Amino acid sequence: MKMPASEGRRYMARAVKHEGPRRKVVMSCGRMETRILAYVDGRLKESERGEMEKHLVGCAACRVRVNEFRAVGDLLDELPVIEPSGAFNARVHALVAAEPEKRRSWLAWLAPSPRIAFVASMLLVATVWLGSRPVENPAIAETDLPVVENVDYDVISNFAPLSDLSQAPDDDSSDSDATSQQQQPQQM
Amino acid sequence: MTRSDVQLMLDVKAGDAQSFELLLQRYRTPLVNFLYRMVRNREQAEDLAQEVFLRVYRAREDYEPSAKFTTWLFRIATNLALNSLRDHRYQKLETSMDAPIVADAEDGDERPMEIADEHPDIEQHLVEEARKNMIRHAIEKLPEKQRAAVLLHKYQELDYAEISKVLQCSESALKSLLFRAYETLRVELAPLVASAAK
Repeated sequence: MKMPASEGRRYMARAVKHEGPRRKVVMSCGRMETRILAYVDGRLKESERGEMEKHLVGCAACRVRVNEFRAVGDLLDELPVIEPSGAFNARVHALVAAEPEKRRSWLAWLAPSPRIAFVASMLLVATVWLGSRPVENPAIAETDLPVVENVDYDVISNFAPLSDLSQAPDDDSSDSDATSQQQQPQQM
Repeated sequence: MTRSDVQLMLDVKAGDAQSFELLLQRYRTPLVNFLYRMVRNREQAEDLAQEVFLRVYRAREDYEPSAKFTTWLFRIATNLALNSLRDHRYQKLETSMDAPIVADAEDGDERPMEIADEHPDIEQHLVEEARKNMIRHAIEKLPEKQRAAVLLHKYQELDYAEISKVLQCSESALKSLLFRAYETLRVELAPLVASAAK
């Protein structure tokens, strides 16, 4: 028994309820749509398969459909397998051989390998950790540090304040430089 | 012990040319058949299959085994086939089943597309050929995506999750796509189905 496509579509859209004295709705024909192929393939879960089989017991149209889907699968199996031509592998080899050697961009050198990145990050962590540790050797106290004595504070006071430089005459820069250099010792 | 596809591909990535050769041996026939059934032109199918292997080779350095190898392989093949069909949409690419093809370019041997006549009865052979042609044409008439789904489901035996990844759609969309495709085939092949389903 074969069902025409138009009739099939109408019947697929209709939810067929199987009502009996002891059972309610088992499964609509519409729900079969997504499962019928998986059922034919044997890919349904145990519970789904049980539900499907319950439906098939009461629905002759779906039983026909299942058989016809199986038949389509068997027909597709009838097509012969073709073998690639004898030159197939040789052509692939030629294509692969013609591939240019991949050159590494100079930028690739900047990209760290995972190992180098790991080692570098570990070194960074270690450096930060060591740097943040308090000084553990109390032997070196502040008092033990060498004291710089007799600092010649005059060296510092020898520099003219910037405000004085800005007040220098502006008519001739070379003269003013010379003048300022000559004037500095006078300010001492 | 046979190495898995993923292991072979990782070996190719590491520079092992022999592993690429094994992948070529393993997948050349399924790929050529899949592509032939997609584009219905043998020469074009072989060109596309060669392109698939070239792309696999090119991508070796970036290969990460995040999905099944076959999913990746047939995704490349499907995309190439769909692009090729779009490019040749207005060209009729039907090949006559009687047209000779070069079976081996090295010795120039030519043979018809279908394998030898094992049937002494020519009438019986013609009936069988007509039957196969009917099946071929029914597949050919399917919309491209439905055709790819049926071929991956029926001939490559990929599971629904894999096919949905290849076709870049949800699993429920794929089930619906496959159902529609099988429905169309059921109608197209009605005379054959009726006798087979009895």
